[in-house]
Amino acid sequence: MLPELQFAILDLNARYAQAIDDDRLEDWPGFFEESARYVVTTAENFERGLPLGMIYATSRAMLKDRVRSLREANIYEAQRYRHIVGLPLLEAGADGTTRATTSFIVVRVMHSGETSVFASGCYRDRIVKDVKDGALRFAERIVVLDSRQVDTLLALPL
Amino acid sequence: MNRSRHGREWPAEGITRVPYWAYSDEEIYAQEQERIFRGPSWSFLCLEAELAKPNTWRATSLGEMPVVVARDDQGVLRAFENRCAHRGALLCLKDRGEDRKIVCVYHNWTYDLEGNLTGVAFRRGIGGKGGLPEDCRPETQAPRKLRVAALAGLVFGTLSPTAPPLETYLGGEIVKRIRRVMRAPVRVLGSYSQIVRSNWKLYLENVKDTYHASLLHTFFTTFRLARLTQKGALIINDSGGGHASLTMAADSGGREYEQAGMRAAQDWLKLEAPELLQSVDEFGDGCGVQIVGVFPSFVLQQIRNSLAVRRIVPKSVERTELIWTAFGFEDDSPELTEMRLRQANLIGPAGYVSMEDGAAPGFVQRAVVAAPELLSLVEMDGSGISSSENKVSEAAVRGMWHAWREQMGI
Repeated sequence: MLPELQFAILDLNARYAQAIDDDRLEDWPGFFEESARYVVTTAENFERGLPLGMIYATSRAMLKDRVRSLREANIYEAQRYRHIVGLPLLEAGADGTTRATTSFIVVRVMHSGETSVFASGCYRDRIVKDVKDGALRFAERIVVLDSRQVDTLLALPL
Repeated sequence: MNRSRHGREWPAEGITRVPYWAYSDEEIYAQEQERIFRGPSWSFLCLEAELAKPNTWRATSLGEMPVVVARDDQGVLRAFENRCAHRGALLCLKDRGEDRKIVCVYHNWTYDLEGNLTGVAFRRGIGGKGGLPEDCRPETQAPRKLRVAALAGLVFGTLSPTAPPLETYLGGEIVKRIRRVMRAPVRVLGSYSQIVRSNWKLYLENVKDTYHASLLHTFFTTFRLARLTQKGALIINDSGGGHASLTMAADSGGREYEQAGMRAAQDWLKLEAPELLQSVDEFGDGCGVQIVGVFPSFVLQQIRNSLAVRRIVPKSVERTELIWTAFGFEDDSPELTEMRLRQANLIGPAGYVSMEDGAAPGFVQRAVVAAPELLSLVEMDGSGISSSENKVSEAAVRGMWHAWREQMGI
């Protein structure tokens, strides 16, 4: 694995987390390929091969819809996330893709100041280099949550 | 019968008012565990598909009481308390397992999948020393056994010998609505849970509140998945505890929301990926949404092709776990499975529709903390608890309180 590629994936993860934590949700779909899959599931579902997701998107357009719904339709109390993202474990995949497994912890801070460890788990990614602009994007990001329990609701993406 | 054993008294107005102590009183909560969950009510335990083979079991509960539900070596469904006869330890520590017997890890006491104590380690001691006295009968402290009944792939249990048979408890109309959804052998698609920071009844009320659906959930209304102007029906059983709300997929086309200028009426939201809502009329009756809620702890949901059971598990007076299991059927095509998975974006803690339901009960819990003697108003569509075609109604919520008061003796 080239050190340049490793560095570029670290950078991708850092920018992804920062966009969500800075409430730039509109930038979030841009980290994905047009036909990307983004699924949030539990370790139990993942290990048992059960396909259900809490979020189950099969295109960038579905992610854009989610952001719009969060902005305009859904009701949830003001809150922020703080992502702490670990080092990606990389593996060369088929046809130029890279597979990455990366641990994360997300702390949720409510408008009241209540702060809690909201989620922990790992990202199981398939990352590709976009032929047009040379940027790295997720062809697939499966967010595998360690716990099956979500406190109250999962509004902002992980 | 208007008073709890700790002196709480129901308001004179009856079930059109709910005193806020009902959501926050620790004594009431303890009494509910005894009189409702361990009393003459049926609780949903699991899907039959989760116990597909003989000699399998899974951990579930009756309110706060831990329960093991199993399929024994003869293929018969059994359920019993998850508590060892000896010192009361949990018998099953895992969520599920496969074995002919269950062994308590603490002192190796052994049970069959019917819940019978079959072995006591060193019962006669070692070399004639120690062990249980000859006349000791540990079986007298054995885990309590539940009555178990399966209906169309759903497994229910009760501790009560006097509860009516499951189908009588549910009532004929509700049984029909359940059978309609459970049309074939089930294939589980997955599961997750949600912590609702409220008393368990605030969540069940939310399920039974047909009035809120299109007002709180703007996603639902904007895409005409359900609006109060869509034709539908509200069915309530005789006990008041079971209900089904139905919404036809086709809209009557009224502009009542827009005319009233309500938040829910905003027209701007158009999906870039409309495949999210792509669906088929798999039940062939044009019914787009059917929610069945059964007191005290069960929800069966059909939102288009998104099917799920929800088990409401009280954790404390102000904390509830909601366990979702989404499913399809064994004969589903890959395309139908994909549709169900995409539509599952509507449900669960991140659901376009359901996320607000995880939060709204908590809004009430937090607001009424200092108002135990004040009253909540439950009077939409009058004071009755009968079925109707009108869903601008709180009849099913009143039905729940009717059943609650009956079982609680308050």
